[in-house]
Amino acid sequence: MTPGLMATTPGGLLLVLAVVVPVIGILALWLVRWRAIEWVAIATLAINLVVSLATLQAVRASDASLVYLVGGWMPPLGLALRADGIAAVMMVMTGAIVAVTALYARGQFGFDPHGPERRRPMVFWTMLLAITGALNLIFVGEDLFNLYVALELLTFAAVPLVSLDGSRDTLAAALRYLVFALAGSVLYLLGVAVVYGAYGTLDLVVLAEMRGADGALLLAIALMTAGLIAKTALFPLHLWLPPAHAGAPAAASAILSALVVKGSFFLILGLWFDLLPPGLGAIGANGLGMLGAGAVIVGSVLALRQERLKLLVAYSTVAQIGYLFLVFPLATGSEAASPFASLAWTGGVLQLLAHAFAKAAMFMAAGLVYEAIGHDRIAGFKGLGRIAPITVLTMTLASVSLMGLPPSGGFSAKWLMLSAALGEGAWWWAVVILAGGLLAAGYVFRILVPAFSTPEAPAERKYPVAPVRECAALVLAVIAILIGFLPLAPWPLLAIGRIAQVSP
Amino acid sequence: MSLAPIDAATLYGLTGAVLVGIGLYGIVLHEGFIRRLLAFNLLGGGVFLLFGVIARRGAGAGFSGDPVPQALVITGVVVAFCATALAITLIERLAAEDDANDGDGSS
Repeated sequence: MTPGLMATTPGGLLLVLAVVVPVIGILALWLVRWRAIEWVAIATLAINLVVSLATLQAVRASDASLVYLVGGWMPPLGLALRADGIAAVMMVMTGAIVAVTALYARGQFGFDPHGPERRRPMVFWTMLLAITGALNLIFVGEDLFNLYVALELLTFAAVPLVSLDGSRDTLAAALRYLVFALAGSVLYLLGVAVVYGAYGTLDLVVLAEMRGADGALLLAIALMTAGLIAKTALFPLHLWLPPAHAGAPAAASAILSALVVKGSFFLILGLWFDLLPPGLGAIGANGLGMLGAGAVIVGSVLALRQERLKLLVAYSTVAQIGYLFLVFPLATGSEAASPFASLAWTGGVLQLLAHAFAKAAMFMAAGLVYEAIGHDRIAGFKGLGRIAPITVLTMTLASVSLMGLPPSGGFSAKWLMLSAALGEGAWWWAVVILAGGLLAAGYVFRILVPAFSTPEAPAERKYPVAPVRECAALVLAVIAILIGFLPLAPWPLLAIGRIAQVSP
Repeated sequence: MSLAPIDAATLYGLTGAVLVGIGLYGIVLHEGFIRRLLAFNLLGGGVFLLFGVIARRGAGAGFSGDPVPQALVITGVVVAFCATALAITLIERLAAEDDANDGDGSS
């Protein structure tokens, strides 16, 4: 290892800001009047977005990871924060979606002195900032135990959002989510214990240098992956996701579905591509790919059968998460110089980005539909296009990306994965990708066809909705489409500073 | 010491493994949330014991144990405590909702 890698780089302070700014924001929430809470939160998230953009710019400019050594102590004694290309992209994605969601949520959890639940705005904004901080820590963390703490922070911030409206169903959904998440984190912690016992360090970069075909390391990665899969809701451990994501308020669902499940997925990526010795993961990667394929098919079929829009969108998340896991067999099986230069790697990251933006837009639109017509039963959507044109446009654009029609982020992602699968002669993954796209078309047309049809009796809008909120959802859907205009080739940005490339 | 066929660290390790096994069994196969929460605590306890074993085995430089896993366990215990508190709060709210619903039904 070059010694330069293990020193704080210029701009390393940005990583500290990324973790600390949301926490300072949370503390500030308690110091201001009720009326000002949402503005403090929005300002904090705006600063966070600037910090993440600056991080991305710094990584691109220096063509290397940003590193910050906490307290100046070098691993394995100290803790390091590190943002490589993919981490910086994830940070910007999180910053953008959370900031737009905050604008959307301003109407829903705004100050209401006579409301039944005065604590709700406080809980929502605190948890939103906490999720932002925890995700940033997951993206820049480098120490396995540090990452465990970040994962727990993320869980503890996400669970209260599920039960924000306090009804019996959402409380049960939150508890079930918590049980899955806790079981997952303990398995992860067990893996951390095994790694420490075998190697005496938990720093990912140091471990990547020491790794060998070691039974203890394989066992640890298996345990940690099993735990993280439960948190990511990969089939067949997806049972907690639909009730939890469908029961939360729309703004919270958007964050949970678009971002929170991606945090644990990001860690699985790190474990498999940075920690697992090359050449050992083929069987495991195919196993993960098979679970992903199962998720694509089962999630889509269940989405087809839902009567309510929010549940349909939640099952669609189960299916779209499945696509993410196709990265493992496709990237390890590729003949590119490193998995990070492969088509599948970029395809996987694009799928992550496109799904995050499209799904956040979709949940926000679902919330707006509920407000416009007072229910979200798909059977009653006739004439929706006339009542809420912007919302239906948002749903349409987001659906285009979810189905994978060109031009959209979803299309680029699936095209790259498809090319990777055909290039490797692994046609069975191509079949899954295509079948998933067809099924997705099935479930989104179930929403769009009635929404665009003419009602027998002119439908009426029940409640007015602030245009800012409709535009917030639309902006995210448009970004999901715009991602499709990025070049259909591996991005060099996503290979910057990957650990496996650094060590010989 | 000489009487035991295995040393203390191995005994603790085996105990930890048994606790992990019981905890996993409980969390997967039990229905009620309280039972699953208790199972989670057993599972966590087993993992913390394993950290203790690792601290003992990794001892060096004249220490009786490696301090790093001990520090990790303290953090882990705090996190598990918070998780338990959050889960119990949710379980209590759920029970309160159920009671309220029962009350509505009978009256």
